[in-house]
Amino acid sequence: MKTIFERTPTLKDCTTHYCPGCGHGIAHRLVAEVIDELDIRDRTIGIAPVGCAVLAYDYLDVDMVEVAHGRPPAVATGMKRTNPDKIIFSYQGDGDLASIGAAEILHAGHRGEQITVVFINNAVYGMTGGQMAPTTMLDQVTATTPHGRHSVEQGYPLQVSELLATLPGTIYIERCSLHDPAHVRRSKKALMHAFELQVDAAEGMSLVEILSPCPTYWRMSPVKAMEWIENEMTKAFPLGRLKG
Amino acid sequence: MAGKVSIDSERCKGCGLCVAVCPKQIIVISKKSNKKGYFPAETDNSECTGCAACAIICPDAAIEVHRDEGTRIMETAESSKSNNTTMVQEKP
Amino acid sequence: MSERVLMCGNEALAEAAIIAGCDAYFGYPITPQNEVPAYMARRMPEEGRIFVQSESELAAISMVFGASATGKRAMTSSSSPGISLMQEGISYLAGAELPSVIVNVMRGGPGLGNIAPSQADYFQATRGGGHGDYRTIVLGPSSVQELADCMMLAFDLADLYLMPVMVLADGILGQMMEPVVLERKTSRELPPKDWALTGAKERDQHIVRSLWLKEGALEAHNNKLQARYDQIQRDEVLCEQYEVDDAEIVVVAYGVAARIVRGAVTRAREEGINVGWIRPVTLWPFPSKEINKAADEFRIFLTVEMSNGQMVEDVKLAVAGKAPVVFHGRPGGGVPTVDEILEVIKQLTLGAKTPI
Repeated sequence: MKTIFERTPTLKDCTTHYCPGCGHGIAHRLVAEVIDELDIRDRTIGIAPVGCAVLAYDYLDVDMVEVAHGRPPAVATGMKRTNPDKIIFSYQGDGDLASIGAAEILHAGHRGEQITVVFINNAVYGMTGGQMAPTTMLDQVTATTPHGRHSVEQGYPLQVSELLATLPGTIYIERCSLHDPAHVRRSKKALMHAFELQVDAAEGMSLVEILSPCPTYWRMSPVKAMEWIENEMTKAFPLGRLKG
Repeated sequence: MAGKVSIDSERCKGCGLCVAVCPKQIIVISKKSNKKGYFPAETDNSECTGCAACAIICPDAAIEVHRDEGTRIMETAESSKSNNTTMVQEKP
Repeated sequence: MSERVLMCGNEALAEAAIIAGCDAYFGYPITPQNEVPAYMARRMPEEGRIFVQSESELAAISMVFGASATGKRAMTSSSSPGISLMQEGISYLAGAELPSVIVNVMRGGPGLGNIAPSQADYFQATRGGGHGDYRTIVLGPSSVQELADCMMLAFDLADLYLMPVMVLADGILGQMMEPVVLERKTSRELPPKDWALTGAKERDQHIVRSLWLKEGALEAHNNKLQARYDQIQRDEVLCEQYEVDDAEIVVVAYGVAARIVRGAVTRAREEGINVGWIRPVTLWPFPSKEINKAADEFRIFLTVEMSNGQMVEDVKLAVAGKAPVVFHGRPGGGVPTVDEILEVIKQLTLGAKTPI
């Protein structure tokens, strides 16, 4: 028999601290596979967020930096401008990218920084105990929306991909999902395209938004969480290529 | 069987996603826990086609997939969740 | 440029950074240091280096963080309210052991304040300002020439000790024009940046981090930083002393305040008063030993600052109760005059001013 699927080298051979059924595990693997398939490990630098993925450098075997909450796009700017030959990517959650980091991602996109942004959208703040995120859905109960998110008091879920697609400096924006193998494959294709653009020195920012499960703070089983993405999250966050 | 998966039971966290996506429904949750206290997934590989859906959805890279060379898998028009996969054995 | 040129402080500090090999400047406009980004916007591309006007000071310090993590010499400049925004980033730079240079051209505060010169960020600069147990080396030059020299020194110290270094100027120093010679002075022997993020080619991954979760790890990390800070306190103090030996009054001041003090001390000496001065150039590490030694003789220590009294606390600590410490200052953008300080000195000779 031939081995047709095994762990890719850039994904470290260790157990992660992520909850059972957490989407980070899948997303990390896809990023590692893309890095290995493009053979760019030795010139890739990654930026870990503040969030559940703060220890991403324990799982992705590339040079990595851990930075203040929300600042990865600015840090990436500092890195890419001074090292244009390196492949710089940030890996951020919905708090890091869409809340405290809203200005940084907007301006990196506005300036057209030649970086790749992996945006993991799980509609909640996992690391700190399940509070509302900018992407939390209406009526979703979280630690800080005990009666569910109401549009009048808390606003609507924030559609980052749509916002960033309006900026001329962004060249590729796609929203994907991890809710079943076919969509995981599609997410990988999107990530591949986003990294390839930087390898080809395309002038502008790429961002792949990935709808990801948080079974723990959605208070669901991993399987139900995937169903929730497919049936509910995609209503507020339509899948598809928005740009590029 | 044309395919075989190996599930690392100490790496597995028993999330059950592989159980749900396996088109042959041959993965189950073990009744015996691993050292971390998770109940990992396991399979007897009885009808495994090596489609790798389980490995693709696994968040912990706990699954390796092996497949017979010279075996092609044809899927019918229905979704991959259905049981309608046909195997064609080619002469090696 | 090794001829003498007339330059304003903001531009001289920028050119000095370029001479020191600064690879990247990231900054945001704020008065009274706007000449710095404007100068850098023009000169950095001329030298093939990087200039980015960031969207905020929050972003600027993070851009510095990024460039420094890849082994580049990076700097930013701002003024008091913007430096407040950078405190988180400075704490991260210190925790992650990243060399960096931050220039604060101080203005009146607190809050939006005004755009006049001030020295009221001394606490912010020397007491951290950001969270956690860390220090930044703080340089307080008092002339355009010294500002330029301090910039070059700052990059070397940053690389040598793997930490943020702050250069404290103020609204006068940034704007005033003085003759300056801009040439690379001493160059220390610097360790190679073998920790930098350059892509893990034929080596294990490098990680730049400030998070240490395992039991005892952060404590050990802090002790490592502290050992470095102790070494800096032993080796890097810079200060100037003038006519202290027979002085009955020693004036302690830094930056532009020290220039004004010099005028007052000269006049006082002419009038037969035995006054001297101690001018710290490194505000951290503070010249505690030098001041403590001067306090062995009974004399009055007059601290003059453009604030309501911040460095005076360090003077008091250094004097360790051996002598009276007195303060005169002007907060909120006020600038003392030579006459004003001379008057204070005279009052002290009459024993009129109450010690702190």
